[in-house]
Amino acid sequence: MSDIDPHIRFISIFKEYPSPRGKESSVKALDGVSLDIARGSVVGIVGYSGAGKSTLVRLINGLELPTSGSVVIDGTDITGLPETKLQKVRSRIGMIFQHFNLFGSRTVAGNVGYPLKIAGWSRENIKARVTELLRFVDLEDKADVYPRRLSGGQKQRVGIARALATSPEILLADEATSALDPETTTEVLGLLRRVNQEFGTTTVVITHEMAVVRELCDNVVMMEKGRIIEAGSTYSLFSNPVTDTTRKFIATAIQGTPSAATLERLRARHPGTIVAIEINEEYGSSEVNRMLAAAQVTGTVVFGGVTEIGERPLGTLTYELTGPPEAITAAIEQIAAHTRTEVLSSQQPQKEVSHGH
Amino acid sequence: MDTDWPTLLPVLLQSVQETLVMVTATIVLSGIAGLIIGAALYASRPGNLFEQPVVFGILNVIVNIVRPIPFIIFITAIGPLTLLVVGTTIGTAAAILPMTLMASVVIGRVVEQNLVAVDPGIVEASRAAGAGRLRTLFSIVLPEALAPLILGYTFMLIAIVDMSAMAGVVGGGGLGNFAIMYGYQQFDWNVTLVTVTVIIVMVQVAQLVGNWVSQLILRR
Repeated sequence: MSDIDPHIRFISIFKEYPSPRGKESSVKALDGVSLDIARGSVVGIVGYSGAGKSTLVRLINGLELPTSGSVVIDGTDITGLPETKLQKVRSRIGMIFQHFNLFGSRTVAGNVGYPLKIAGWSRENIKARVTELLRFVDLEDKADVYPRRLSGGQKQRVGIARALATSPEILLADEATSALDPETTTEVLGLLRRVNQEFGTTTVVITHEMAVVRELCDNVVMMEKGRIIEAGSTYSLFSNPVTDTTRKFIATAIQGTPSAATLERLRARHPGTIVAIEINEEYGSSEVNRMLAAAQVTGTVVFGGVTEIGERPLGTLTYELTGPPEAITAAIEQIAAHTRTEVLSSQQPQKEVSHGH
Repeated sequence: MDTDWPTLLPVLLQSVQETLVMVTATIVLSGIAGLIIGAALYASRPGNLFEQPVVFGILNVIVNIVRPIPFIIFITAIGPLTLLVVGTTIGTAAAILPMTLMASVVIGRVVEQNLVAVDPGIVEASRAAGAGRLRTLFSIVLPEALAPLILGYTFMLIAIVDMSAMAGVVGGGGLGNFAIMYGYQQFDWNVTLVTVTVIIVMVQVAQLVGNWVSQLILRR
């Protein structure tokens, strides 16, 4: 993800916390992380809890400081900045949270206007900007309501409006949809995508949900134990995962090859050769069908699905192939030359039905 | 036994007034001091806004030393200080000093406990919006804890009424003094009963008002 003008740049970051008991070993939250985030991109930081995602993201707005290494934003190293300068940096970076973190003592308008008040805006200007922001998140009628009266989705929209108040160039989302139901998640992801498209906001999303990555992110960074284990465009990571961790995460978002238990059930029902074939933008199911037809093999989809990753198709279809064994072998060889193909079960020999007379 | 109410009533009213003066002065002074102590305890706590382990440690020890001292002993123990500051150790004014000192420490703890309960995520949201530490403390943390703080202050107001009764011992006057002098020492059960009733009414009114205000804030 290198680019000529990275918006956010992490240079060999280490972050250690003193161990809870203050003894010997400290906890390594980040263990040598270097990463560039391109201006205007949406990047997903993915990993299990404790992988260092939260710490990494909080380095961007100086809520956490690295033990060593530097964080460069817009060409400025923010690691050594004094508190007052850091406050200026923070006011240009929006942040939304898993549990929304709205101020219960302030109305919706009071929440959204808070960053502007800090930035020293006049009351009239704040009022106008808050109205504009609430219109953007479709909550104009809730200006004078206190947050506890809102639903989860509404709360997160207030959170987004508050984060966008100062028109930040960077938006940080810390598990922003993890506390929401699927429908509300879709709504919030749509809003975040709109923010990125309309304002070109560089967006850094922490998540453990690959569905969020699939819907929203251009690039993905996989983290484990304080290190980046894999990074790349969302499509390449989904279509070509290298590590087991990534593979496990991806399996939650796209229906891939059947599990062992599913395969057993499939075999019971389908005696033919069972093959998992990856479907991608270059090699779709019509190509599969054409090759099977040419080889005079009958193919039936028995499992799988195709989804869109970054507006490009990706998935795995599991076929049952029936026909002459040589034809099946030839067809599989041909398909395997174009896309990832895995034979899960060979054609089972027809059982002789003997009645033992 | 007949109680000589025509004589005692003016004394009772005088006592009520003395109690009100002591309680009001104490709650105002210790309310402010306690807020500062509590906010300092909260903010200096390791991991919090101003993380100052040394300051926190010192404040914590002071509070822990003062708080368990029985108030009646505390009054006499700081007698020399009272003499120095007020010029006498007898009377209403002399009672206000020990009351204020003790109440400040207790309120400090009450305030601290309510502030600690504020969701750290809200503090982080304020910091992320670019707010300074003091601003976060005063414009976010304190308002977030307002409803429980009001209940805490109501609780303290009642504890101060209780303290004021003991001030009678050092000639502080007030209802406590009245009940002991004219009730207990004269074997006049009626006087004690009336005094207790007056105190109960005062406490009830304070509690009702406190509950009502905190509910108003909670309901938003």
